[in-house]
Amino acid sequence: MEAKTKDLWVFIETTDEGNAKNVGLELLGAGRGLADKQGGKLVAIVIGNNVDAAVKASTTYGADKVIVVEGSEYQHYTTDAYTNAMYALVEKYAPTSILIGATNNGRDMGPRLSCRLKTGLTADCTQLAIDEESGNVAWTRPAFGGNLMATILCPDNRPQIGTVRPGVFKKGEPDESRSAEIIKEDFHVAPEAIRTQLLEVIKEVAGELVDLEGAEIIVSGGRGVGGPEGFKPIKELADALGGVVGASRAAVDSGWIAHAHQVGQTGKTVGPKVYIACGISGAIQHLAGITGSKTIIAINKDETAAIFNVADYGVVGDLFEIVPALTAQIKKLKGIE
Amino acid sequence: MNMLVCIKQVPDTTEIRIDPVKHTLIRDGVPSIVNPFDAYALECAARIKDKNPDAKITLVCMGPPQAMDALKTCLAVGGDKAYLVSGREFGGSDTLATSYILATAIKKIEETEGKFDIIFCGKQAIDGDTAQVGPEIAEHLDYPQVTYAHEAFAEGDLVKVKKEVDEGFEMIGVKTPCVITVTKPNFEPRYPSIKSKMAANRKEIPTIAFADLESIIDSGRIGLKGSPTKVKKTFTPEVKTGGIIIKEDTNEASAKVLFERLVADKVM
Ligand SMILES: Cc1cc2nc3c(=O)[nH]c(=O)nc-3n(C[C@H](O)[C@H](O)[C@H](O)COP(=O)(O)OP(=O)(O)OC[C@H]3O[C@@H](n4cnc5c(N)ncnc54)[C@H](O)[C@@H]3O)c2cc1C
Ligand SMILES: Nc1ncnc2c1ncn2[C@@H]1O[C@H](COP(=O)(O)O)[C@@H](O)[C@H]1O
Repeated sequence: MEAKTKDLWVFIETTDEGNAKNVGLELLGAGRGLADKQGGKLVAIVIGNNVDAAVKASTTYGADKVIVVEGSEYQHYTTDAYTNAMYALVEKYAPTSILIGATNNGRDMGPRLSCRLKTGLTADCTQLAIDEESGNVAWTRPAFGGNLMATILCPDNRPQIGTVRPGVFKKGEPDESRSAEIIKEDFHVAPEAIRTQLLEVIKEVAGELVDLEGAEIIVSGGRGVGGPEGFKPIKELADALGGVVGASRAAVDSGWIAHAHQVGQTGKTVGPKVYIACGISGAIQHLAGITGSKTIIAINKDETAAIFNVADYGVVGDLFEIVPALTAQIKKLKGIE
Repeated sequence: MNMLVCIKQVPDTTEIRIDPVKHTLIRDGVPSIVNPFDAYALECAARIKDKNPDAKITLVCMGPPQAMDALKTCLAVGGDKAYLVSGREFGGSDTLATSYILATAIKKIEETEGKFDIIFCGKQAIDGDTAQVGPEIAEHLDYPQVTYAHEAFAEGDLVKVKKEVDEGFEMIGVKTPCVITVTKPNFEPRYPSIKSKMAANRKEIPTIAFADLESIIDSGRIGLKGSPTKVKKTFTPEVKTGGIIIKEDTNEASAKVLFERLVADKVM
């Protein structure tokens, strides 16, 4: 496909309630510079049901233009409804580039869309730039479990598409006074074109929602916590800090904590302000998920553990003494008893 | 139930080291393994077969001749037949070209094995980590897809898939034919027995070469030339160094020093 405009699109993923997920707003921040360099507009694409809040957020966080597709068939994400809607929009407007958050849904839709458009897709990017020589987007992403970085171009096909990790880019400052051009597209997907059906929702732990991707503070436990009870001091520290509990795969595989808490290559990729790794050795697959963290703190009794290579603050010692002591200090500071 | 599982042979990324001087990947001596997620995909298929004894599992792998080893390993744990897609024309393919070749090869294999009801893939290959080939195969074949599956249950032409989502799981219903990509479930794949290993070794694995697909494939859409994405450069990630190490005489003292530093540096 030929690009008809120099516009850069950001797919704004919405929740079932019609709010924008953080990653889309982060990508509006990251996309601004790229759109300016490409000489086009920064366009937010909002698909969902009753998405006024997401449209507003897209404007506030920097979109020049918002294209909206609404309908009850979009309330809960399905591959078919979303891919069909995105494809119809791309056919009509032909942007030059598209950024999609590398969430479960983004990585479900991205390859479907790019394949239908017969164009390139670069998955799970952690750096974005414009290639000076060619003017193409230079997509940089980790490969080999984070051991190698690759910069990828899509020179001859349009649009050039990438999924981008949540948490890598920070949301910009919201500006309530901004306005954007809003375009409503009336596009619907017939029920029979949606070939998957939600039969049942199985909540992992009743009432407990583990929002690792959106968390500002994460306290994670690994094999070093020794058992399910070992997560008690971890949870207490997380609670004192207003954070969320994460875990290494070793802890999850041992059955000490639910998989929803797992951080890393096969778990969640996180980008908190503070990541505290307790009793985690720092295997490359775990590190793959935490490199977007602003500050990493490691507590481990093995001085040679690889986690210390990436930690801003490393404490060598027994987590069962250090973690409670730290929790106590923090509670004292905050005046919690 | 006629099932196909896509198997990729990958280097064991846990064994990869970085050359400290040249800052490149040291691949020498790194063992090749079956992509772990593909082993889970095969286990999902095998569990369906456990309940439906006349079900059949065919394996397909695109790769160099030594990828035959990965297929042999998988034949020993539940595969009935296996095909290797191999040829230098296919080299250098990105995910779009790879998925196109695999989708075309699948049509070719169906001439012998019959139409597949479920095509299983791993969620992602651990060398590229792209998670694209599965959904792209689904798109080429115009099949519905369910990604991030932990387990699948077949009931006639309906497949119920336990899919991982942020809040836990969803049970998704999808009609065959479909593509399912499998992430790490909370069970381990089964092991081969000595007998099944020997039987697998004796099995003939046909190779599908470019010539076998020539009449049905667009040669402009495969290999390096047919790949829309191009790798401009690779480099090793910067390793953060120079962090502060705290190791006082007692753990209490260490915790206190950490706390004071965090407060002083306004970390929290
Ligand atoms: C394909 C693939 C994907 C993977 N994906 C992931 C993933 O997504 N996430 C992930 O985490 N892993 C993943 N892994 C696994 C990874 O390779 C490691 O095995 C795992 O991260 C190790 O977990 P750990 O650090 O908790 O355990 P270990 O490596 O056993 O480390 C435990 C640490 O605790 C320390 N310790 C013990 N007791 C104490 C104490 N009292 N006080 C302080 N420290 C103590 C020890 O010194 C040690 O360093 C993956 C592996 C593969 C092959
Ligand atoms: N060369 C290949 N041969 C067979 N299957 C593959 C190949 N490449 C990818 N796949 C399948 O597609 C899945 C996703 O791969 P990827 O998109 O490379 O992360 C893998 O887990 C395999 O099931």
